[in-house]
Amino acid sequence: MSTKTVNQKAWFMVLPVVLLVAFNAVIPLMTVVNYSLQETFGDNVFFYEGLTWFEQVLHSERFHAALGRQAAFTLIILLIEIPLGVAIALAMPRKGIGVPVCLVLMSLPLLIPWNVVGAMWNIFALPEIGLLGKTLNSLGFDYNYTRQPFDAWATTIAMDVWHWTSLVVLLAYAGLSAIPDDFYQAARIDGASRWSVFRYIQLPKLKRVLTIAILLRFMDSFMIYTEPFVLTGGGPGNTTTFLSIDLVKMALGQFDLGPAAAMSIIYFLVILLVSWVFYTYTMRHED
Amino acid sequence: MAEISLSNVRHSYLDEPGEDADWALKNVDLVWEDGGAYALLGSSGCGKTTMLNLISGLLTPTEGRILFDGKDVTRNQAEARNIAQVFQFPVVYDTMTVRQNLAFPLKNRGVARYEIDKRVREIAGLLDLEASLDKRARGLTADGKQKISLGRGLVRSDVNAILFDEPLTVIDPHLKWQLRSKLKELHQRVGATMIYVTHDQTEALTFADQVVVMHDGHVVQSGSPVELFENPRHTFVGHFIGSPGMNVLPGTLLNGKVTYCGYSLDGEYSDKAIDRILNSENFEIGVRPENIHFSREGIPVEVTRVDDTGRMKIVTTRHNQQNIRLIVPEGEAVPEQQGYIQFSPGGASVYLDSWLLDAEGGHS
Repeated sequence: MSTKTVNQKAWFMVLPVVLLVAFNAVIPLMTVVNYSLQETFGDNVFFYEGLTWFEQVLHSERFHAALGRQAAFTLIILLIEIPLGVAIALAMPRKGIGVPVCLVLMSLPLLIPWNVVGAMWNIFALPEIGLLGKTLNSLGFDYNYTRQPFDAWATTIAMDVWHWTSLVVLLAYAGLSAIPDDFYQAARIDGASRWSVFRYIQLPKLKRVLTIAILLRFMDSFMIYTEPFVLTGGGPGNTTTFLSIDLVKMALGQFDLGPAAAMSIIYFLVILLVSWVFYTYTMRHED
Repeated sequence: MAEISLSNVRHSYLDEPGEDADWALKNVDLVWEDGGAYALLGSSGCGKTTMLNLISGLLTPTEGRILFDGKDVTRNQAEARNIAQVFQFPVVYDTMTVRQNLAFPLKNRGVARYEIDKRVREIAGLLDLEASLDKRARGLTADGKQKISLGRGLVRSDVNAILFDEPLTVIDPHLKWQLRSKLKELHQRVGATMIYVTHDQTEALTFADQVVVMHDGHVVQSGSPVELFENPRHTFVGHFIGSPGMNVLPGTLLNGKVTYCGYSLDGEYSDKAIDRILNSENFEIGVRPENIHFSREGIPVEVTRVDDTGRMKIVTTRHNQQNIRLIVPEGEAVPEQQGYIQFSPGGASVYLDSWLLDAEGGHS
């Protein structure tokens, strides 16, 4: 016979967390949901609009273009930062004074505020006075990131790679350090080549940290705002106007709160969906 | 296959070793004969694994030379030495199947495909891995993974030696027996030199024809199990081999005779031997429990404990704050509380600073 004491008071223990989550996430999100379904003309007067704003955003070419640019940007920086980060981590020393030196050097870009990074690169790449811009031009390249879309893209990507590859390096380095020596010794005994060691030991052991690295870099780069805003302001034209920049233009520039709210929700769901699908897919064989 | 010699090998993990304690391996001179089944025995941290890694080439010795069939391979890397080695904890290539794991060492060396298939099937049969050959290696239990590690060590047919570094640590006891006899069987079939590191004497004695005992970076004795048991050259060997181990008791010289607490030992010691005893810092007498018996006279002891193992009784007695263990055959009487013990003729030996002293006064 069970003589379990039923004590519903335990629910009060959960209350602080419920309140925290409510104020932190649910209530702000509900405000956005609220705006996305209604039209307002100020003075706190609202009219119910149903899914009109969602339809409008989903059918707008402006949203498609920004989403396309965003996807291309994220794909490019992932294709550069992940392999480059792993390569740097593999090349870093495993012991001695080189370890702290490398770790500190690698951490530095991560410690710089986003808008400072944007401002740094803005000046660094200026065609007339910036070190990078002037050097490229004096070498005979017609480089001007404020006028030419390709240059604007290349500069934005270079900036992101400079700023964020370190994160991948640090994660990959931690993953590599966790591989027991036994594996390398066994591989030497088995006569494995350097490539085989990477392919069959290091890469499989890095799978979990790389999954995290890709997820973090996907989410962060998909939400990128400050750095390109400071560097190019979304230009020339709309060529570097990514989703966040477009969203801010719509919400604060044009004060189209309804479509902006609908776009926010779609934006959020895209990130959530891609992350979930990616994570579930890569971890399908893990215990 | 080859005869492996270590000539004045010393190894330290430090960049600038100075004092004695800096050395993991302290001057080892040893020959592993071709085709021998060896056990390398010693407590944790005595240098066993260092010794194996030096032989396989995972480590290069700080000093000394390593020879395979007289050829100097000291500077050769592991890949060039053609040694198979199995580690204490299972190492499997996660993304490969069991079959691919077993084939890996052969594939890396460019062995022909049909030959690989043949070897893999043979080894899988030996280790009962046939059923899981096409499964992913990562899904297996620790037992299964260690079998794969063993298999990768055994799959190459032309190796100079196969080294096992406590390979059965993670294996279930009942499987241990099975695998150990398989290794023994395999040794008889292929005849490769096998060196089996362990700190478990039963494991060592069932596997090996020759046992090498290490203590604190030294090889203290190498010989057949019987030799080690009957004639331990170092108190550590006496203590480590045998169950229970040898009694090591403080010795004294009385009127030029070797005595323990006033009871003189039989056997004559030369003047030179006596001289060395006088000059030693630590003078001990080693007696195996098998070589002590109860008697009507002799050393008075107090019986403190009797452990009946079925075939015999292990009796712990006390004399002068000193524990003395002896083995009494089943059926023989053990005194209730007080009794007398005697050492069997020739059953006690003298150890100076832990090393055996022979009657002439030299270290054997």
